Amino acid sequence: MDILQISQTALTVILGTIGLAIFGIIFGLFYKGVDRKLSAHMQGRIGPPIRQPFRDVRKLFVKENIVPENAISWIFHLAPLFGLVATISILLYLPIGGFNPLVISSGDLILILYLLILPSLAMVVGGFSSGSPYATVGAQREMATMIAYEFPLAIIIISMAWRLSMEGVRNVFALSSITSMPIWNFVGPLGFIGGIILLLALVLVTPAELSKIPFDSPEAETEIAGGLLTEYSGRNLAMFYLTDAVKTLVMASVIVALFFPYNLSPLFGLESYLAFAVDIIFYLVKVLLVVLFSVTLIRVAIARLKIDQIVYTYWVPITLLSLVGLIFLMWDQTFMVNFDIQPVFQMLGLA
Amino acid sequence: MKAKATTKTTYQIPIGPIHPALKEPVQFEFEIDGERIVDVDVSLGHVHRAIEWTGMHRNPIQILYLAERICGICSYCHPMAFSLAVERIAGIEVPDRANYLRIVHAELERICSHVLWAGVAAHEIGFDSVLFLTWQIREEALDLTEYLTGNRVTKAITMIGGVRRDITPDMLPRIKKSLKVLKDSFEKLRKIYLEDKTFKMRSQGCGILTKEDALKLCACGPTTRASGVKKDVRIDQPYFAFGDLDFDYVTPDVLTGEVNGDVYDRIIVRLLEVKQSIELIERSIEQMPQGEIVSEPKIAKLLATLKKAKGEGIGRMEAPRGEVFHYVKLNENEYPYSWKVRAPTYSNILPWIPMLKGQQIADIPIVAASTDPCMSCTNRVTILKDNNKYELTKQELHRLSVEKTRRLMK
Repeated sequence: MDILQISQTALTVILGTIGLAIFGIIFGLFYKGVDRKLSAHMQGRIGPPIRQPFRDVRKLFVKENIVPENAISWIFHLAPLFGLVATISILLYLPIGGFNPLVISSGDLILILYLLILPSLAMVVGGFSSGSPYATVGAQREMATMIAYEFPLAIIIISMAWRLSMEGVRNVFALSSITSMPIWNFVGPLGFIGGIILLLALVLVTPAELSKIPFDSPEAETEIAGGLLTEYSGRNLAMFYLTDAVKTLVMASVIVALFFPYNLSPLFGLESYLAFAVDIIFYLVKVLLVVLFSVTLIRVAIARLKIDQIVYTYWVPITLLSLVGLIFLMWDQTFMVNFDIQPVFQMLGLA
Repeated sequence: MKAKATTKTTYQIPIGPIHPALKEPVQFEFEIDGERIVDVDVSLGHVHRAIEWTGMHRNPIQILYLAERICGICSYCHPMAFSLAVERIAGIEVPDRANYLRIVHAELERICSHVLWAGVAAHEIGFDSVLFLTWQIREEALDLTEYLTGNRVTKAITMIGGVRRDITPDMLPRIKKSLKVLKDSFEKLRKIYLEDKTFKMRSQGCGILTKEDALKLCACGPTTRASGVKKDVRIDQPYFAFGDLDFDYVTPDVLTGEVNGDVYDRIIVRLLEVKQSIELIERSIEQMPQGEIVSEPKIAKLLATLKKAKGEGIGRMEAPRGEVFHYVKLNENEYPYSWKVRAPTYSNILPWIPMLKGQQIADIPIVAASTDPCMSCTNRVTILKDNNKYELTKQELHRLSVEKTRRLMK
């Protein structure tokens, strides 16, 4: 590799990262606005305009940044930045629209799982360091919630990867292999049911990952006045706000990449720029649908749970649900091999 | 800090005076172990507005409008209890029709209050969709209030010796229509509050007030009825025309067959009371006799009578939150010699302590809201010394109370 090549790669990565960060923030805020508007309509309200989150961020950035007296100042300031950077870095490993992930050679689902924990951890650290009793309670709850939802989430990811490995895929955790071989394409009827169950479980994990009602007890405003974020204001709060927005986009993109990695352009035989445009729009629509079902609908439909109820919900019903999904996938594989069952897509004549 | 026998550490969380869970200022000091509440202390006195004192410099008719401002929600009960007390002193006979009209307004206020409470309770557990739904329903009740009294919240309908507006026959279709809407939405509310899974998860077995505690701490209103105590001023000592209407105490065993005294039971009681109130309004409109609506329509003449009145009187009413109690002493003067208000929340503060002990932090908002507290009604005294809030000991308070009673007896 000569200098030119290296500098070209470096330029692509740097420009790509900046581009993705801007993309993530803009569309994260956009989806936040859409979510607020939709939930307002579901509740019989008019709701704020879709650009409201942008205004909120702008306002927060010009507001005073207050640090409590008994806070550990440098951790308190570092936590929001850390959270935002961690969240944006997940975007580098995710396929957006028709594009491959920016960092394609390294990084897989396991890495994404870890990176997804980081923003929550940043909030926990920031909460503890702020020295407020509300934030301390919130931080404890956030940790309990993380422990609760990681288990079903891991089961879902591993089931998917296991099923792929049975199809003879080599690098099963790599997102490129998962997106190139969507689970629906090769499973039989039982596997199809299993896939739907896993999708449902992942949709139910999403609100906890994003700290949304009913799993928002770490931030519960009526109980602990915003919990983790109680002491945050101004620029730091804005960064947590952005983290939340980008994380919504990331979580929805993970679901899209795992379960709906299809693109429209091959269907119409489109090429080059037109194809990119169509795929990006299609991807944004998919993300919108995921946000609608996994965030908006759930949060307007039920009440906030207590922390013990959250842990129970994840450890028992949702873990069982994802295990049932796994069992369906296992049965499906055995039946398909032993009884020579055609994949559902082939039966329907889609493949 | 109290000395601890165990090595296990607890920590303090202050809730209030300003906190999103509280609609009005009150201060809790919680002793927390993990998520569990070990101990709780309540302190009051943040919204004292000296209304009683102001009242002692106003004539009784002016006080009616002042009393409305004691509470935004019980803006009918307070002036009405005051006028009951004054009527007793001056020996004013209230016309029959007015007594029925007073029931209509009292029960309409109960509907507004309970539906509003239901929305607040839903918000406290993070169920905002239900908050907006209940407030849409409340809107219908408020529209009806406006139609009947001309105002939505501070109704200004009370008059000593009657009410200020009549219900004419041509108003009946509009009233019936609104009542029908309310009745239809009741079923919707019942389904959400009593059958929704998450509502049950948050309210069942939480904030339990046993019957013994309810009796011991003199809880009142829906809070005590939810613990199975049959106590309701409307039935125990009927006022207005409640004696003519046949109705029963609302306790949760009517619906579920058992009494737990938890938040869920308090929801049941309030919902059933909404239904009962709709029926009471319908029945009192049906049974209403013809006649006058106020015993003395000329206010100047009424004031002259009151100026000559001497004696003390008590007005008791079942407000939406429980018993409201007004003591008035007139002394042949333009202004009353004394006026004392005791709002229902005053009796419902101490029950918070057994309700909250042993619960989780997450239960604080819904348990605190479940008694439907109204702080500005309750705050009767604030003591300042050297610009600092100063607390009274029990002995001192007792001594001051005895002194005040002696002063009044003179």
